[in-house]
Amino acid sequence: MKRSEFADPFEQARNEQGIGKMQDQDDPVTMVLGLKDVRKCAHNWQTFQSGAKPGRIVVPSEVKIRDTRQIPFEVDPPEHGDYRAIVEPWFKRPLEDEYRAQLRAQIESLVDQVLTQDDVEVVGEFSLKLQSRALTLLLNTPYQESDVWIGWGTHVFRSEGEALDGDKASILYDYIDAQIERAAENPTDDLYSVLLNSEINGRKLSKEEVKGVMILTFAGGRDTVINAVTNSIAYFADHPQSLARLRDQPEITNRAVEELIRYFSPLTHMGRVVTEDTKVCPHGHDVKADSRISLCWASANRDAKTFENPNEVVLDRKVNPHVAFGFSHHNCLGATHARQIMHILLETLAAKVGSIDILNAKENIEDLDQFKRKVGFDSINVKFNPR
Amino acid sequence: MAKIIFITSDSEKIELEATSGSVMELAVQNGVQGIDGDCGGVCSCATCHVHVAPEHFAKTGPASEIEQDMLELDDDANEYSRLCCQIEVSEQLDGVVLHVAK
Repeated sequence: MKRSEFADPFEQARNEQGIGKMQDQDDPVTMVLGLKDVRKCAHNWQTFQSGAKPGRIVVPSEVKIRDTRQIPFEVDPPEHGDYRAIVEPWFKRPLEDEYRAQLRAQIESLVDQVLTQDDVEVVGEFSLKLQSRALTLLLNTPYQESDVWIGWGTHVFRSEGEALDGDKASILYDYIDAQIERAAENPTDDLYSVLLNSEINGRKLSKEEVKGVMILTFAGGRDTVINAVTNSIAYFADHPQSLARLRDQPEITNRAVEELIRYFSPLTHMGRVVTEDTKVCPHGHDVKADSRISLCWASANRDAKTFENPNEVVLDRKVNPHVAFGFSHHNCLGATHARQIMHILLETLAAKVGSIDILNAKENIEDLDQFKRKVGFDSINVKFNPR
Repeated sequence: MAKIIFITSDSEKIELEATSGSVMELAVQNGVQGIDGDCGGVCSCATCHVHVAPEHFAKTGPASEIEQDMLELDDDANEYSRLCCQIEVSEQLDGVVLHVAK
């Protein structure tokens, strides 16, 4: 099996039961697996809520390590819409020419750098750097700040062998608290300052609310972007002809971005808390009030009822109704930023890189009880060869 | 060359002309309010929802099954709904009126 092949561990359960079961810190999860069912549950916020106890809709649960509510992520309509309206314009800035030019300069410089090296550990030396530097644009903070974030390593929330680590998470939370205090005393034009100055229903956002947005921004875009970038490098290593194709047919770049994001689905699933006894999916699986379900984006994105050849990367897939960025009210706030990163990365690789050799790799396998899913790599060493 | 008329939710009327590409691309290139096209046209994001004027519905035809699956969960959808990234510009569209849903 090629390094860049990511099997679909959900296929049989999706086709036969439509659900999977997962235990998580004594708060079990019913995983919804089919594309249509995932969409319906995501849309039905009244029955499948996000505004539960902070941390509970995340799998593995973060209730033991976090009290701050992530905003707008852990808020339901109609309040969700008020928060979303505040942050949405800011998170569309990646569409601006100036933003894109800066992002391109960052990515080109990084690719030029790794082209001079004989051995690059992609996760730590490429993807983490790329993600952290790009985040300075999204936050509109000084570029040097990315050195701090890179110094945290790939897992801010996890340590080796443990799903969650409160001490590591507090590094991020303490950092954000300090940044909010700094922005309150000396406002700039960064995201902290803009949020502190934002109003909701006629009042200013509280520091706790600002913290909730900032935690979401840091946490939601870290492992996800790192996996999308790393896995794409592995894909192009195994498929040098795809790099050549993007060079010859740059007009398919957008489709290639969406297809790689579908195939790798960097976020496996996201939870909801059930508000009433009900059923998920037409097969009729009972779920109880105050239990958890998860919307399994990774499984839905391989659903053969919608996707032809779901387990292949079809680089120019034309119709691609994937849910890798979620669906409905809570779709990914950082998607515009992520898409720009991927688009510019693909253009830059196509322009500068002829081939990539994988030297060695250690897969990152998520343990979902009933399912084991390859989500990325703990490490992958490669040599980038110039054109 | 086909003329395509967008009417935004603010009742602004925007007349555009094109020969190729998708209707979503045309709208985004010309900054039609309410058409975002976040996914670039692969039918994943549902941010290009329009209601075709009923008398022009024959020009676009109905939504595909995959579009319908997306639209059935959109509270603003009706029988004339389309995701306009899935409408290719052609002579056949000439004069079509599209009401932007958002």
